[in-house]
Amino acid sequence: MSDPMDFLLLTKGPLFNLAVTVFALGMAARILEILVNGRRPNYSEARGGQWLPGLRTVLTRSVADPGTFKRAPFNVVVGWLWHLGFIVTLLFFIPHIALIKSLLGLSWPGLPNPVVDLVTAVTLVALVATLVHRRTHRVKRRISTPEDYLVWTLVFLLVLSGYLAYNRIINPYPLALGLHILCAEVFLIVLPFTKLTHIFTVFIARWYNGASFGRRGVES
Amino acid sequence: MSATPSSNGSPESSPFTLERGLAAFRAEIDGPVAAFFSSCVHCGVCAQSCPFYLETGDPKYTPILKLEPLRLIWAAEFTLLGRLKGLLGLNKQVTDEMLTQWEELIYDSCSMCGRCSLVCPVGNDIQAMVRKSREGMVASGHVPEGLIGASVRAVQTGSPMGLQWKTLQVQINHIETSTGLTVPVDQAGADYLVMLSSMEVINFPEYLEAITRIFDHAGVSWTLSTQCFEATNAGIQIGNKDVAALLVQRVVDAAVALGVKNVISPECGHAYTAIRWEGPNLIGRPYPFHVFHIIEVLDQLRAAGRIKTEGMETDRLSLHDPCNLARKSGVIQQQRNLMDLIAADFVELKEHGKFQWCCGAGGGVSSNERAEPLKIAAFKMKKAQIEEVEPARMVTMCATCRTQLEEGLEHFNMDIPVVGLTELIAEHLVEHEPAEQAEGAT
Repeated sequence: MSDPMDFLLLTKGPLFNLAVTVFALGMAARILEILVNGRRPNYSEARGGQWLPGLRTVLTRSVADPGTFKRAPFNVVVGWLWHLGFIVTLLFFIPHIALIKSLLGLSWPGLPNPVVDLVTAVTLVALVATLVHRRTHRVKRRISTPEDYLVWTLVFLLVLSGYLAYNRIINPYPLALGLHILCAEVFLIVLPFTKLTHIFTVFIARWYNGASFGRRGVES
Repeated sequence: MSATPSSNGSPESSPFTLERGLAAFRAEIDGPVAAFFSSCVHCGVCAQSCPFYLETGDPKYTPILKLEPLRLIWAAEFTLLGRLKGLLGLNKQVTDEMLTQWEELIYDSCSMCGRCSLVCPVGNDIQAMVRKSREGMVASGHVPEGLIGASVRAVQTGSPMGLQWKTLQVQINHIETSTGLTVPVDQAGADYLVMLSSMEVINFPEYLEAITRIFDHAGVSWTLSTQCFEATNAGIQIGNKDVAALLVQRVVDAAVALGVKNVISPECGHAYTAIRWEGPNLIGRPYPFHVFHIIEVLDQLRAAGRIKTEGMETDRLSLHDPCNLARKSGVIQQQRNLMDLIAADFVELKEHGKFQWCCGAGGGVSSNERAEPLKIAAFKMKKAQIEEVEPARMVTMCATCRTQLEEGLEHFNMDIPVVGLTELIAEHLVEHEPAEQAEGAT
């Protein structure tokens, strides 16, 4: 049994369990520590509902209003591009679907490998563009923290390692695959303690926003 | 860690201390705040919605950055990781020096217009968090002088500009002489209690005359109250719940004393949000009356066929939606219905309604003399919008917006008069329409 194989087994076994545990417990704690704060009672006379406007904003805030699109086209286009690329690769690459099926019992049709390969390449380019933007745009540069760069690095390494493994650029294959799985595990472990939490909390934030505006009769 | 006010052995008796400030910040953190800070990805899109950033180009005015003190307290005290870091002494502290630096960001460069809250991709209600942050700023004593002055005058005299009832009485006398109508005062059981803003009384006396004529025309039962006529709320602008609650309570007491069914907020943006949305929460219970902005009431009268107009304005008119009224309160269609009554050539600004651009003066910016250069800079966004559609006149329904539009247009040598929508409606009333439905307003 070669070393790369041991490494792969380690990442697929104990490390995977550790990562999933930290992720699940950490994320549950994060969501709980948001929700326990609650909201104060609101005694003003409502002009509209909260639930539906909240759910509406959860969906509609994904699309920028025309004015914002005009003023921040890079954020909108490249933001969409890499998020979509990441999600498509995560959810429609056939080996990923097989993994999800083994864990949750759910499965769906995947995309042909060359398509996912192309999407991954585009995602990598878009991610590099976001880094350049973060370093050069005066607002993003001013508000960026070390965490922003750490998270960027983790996301980039995750996608890159998958791309390298699929295209057999790193050899032997068990090493390449093990590195990719390790990146995913680091990503999962770090997720609950960084801005990556937005993957989940964005739904809560948008709902609160839509509910607050909706109560006042404004679609937000 | 809990901070008890002013009991820390400080020889000075100032009620404003860092400890109290931190406690006030802490008290403002709720589920939405925690969700918002957990979701921010530092994309910077909020800056693209802020006239103070867009017109100065200075990234320190990025809206999310204005919330850094509140965010630090949330991160340190409301997250597991923050508490662990706290044990190791690794959390960055909010200090007086930091708050001094942030005073300009939270007051001078934010009109709380709420546009950032509408464009943030993750849905952060940034404006609401600026409002919350101001509670901490007041409690820690980091507030612009101009706002302190307005608040003290409001508490002591009832008006942020120190206006007394006797001044209003003189105006009432003038109106009664010029219109031959009676301005009802202290009429118990009236359907509507009309509130005013000092700025309106001083700068735009035509507003009260317009109301008098329209309500006579439509047969509305209304009254002013000598007990309280001021609707504006300096406590909301400075960000202090105690002051804000005191001022709201005065309105409630006046309305209850007269037993009115409805209270009408004047052509003033923040007065409306103060009474309509924050008020009941400040006093901790629902009102025994409804609250409307004057424009809502006029539109209800229009829909009921109680306002009859004649003639149209033929010059090109455009509309400035006050942030507090449109984006923050959903009063958007009403002013357009009213414009349709009297404007033959109405043109919308390109971004309007909930996506309108702030005039730059709201949220206490206009009471803060120090912020004058920023206020004029932020106005350039509005100026560009106005230039785009070239109206002959602008129409609005907020005395602060109107003053800012007038001053800003003057500053840039643009000959575009600004009028209030209520007075514009009054100018087109069919003369001598008998007041058929003297009773039973909605």
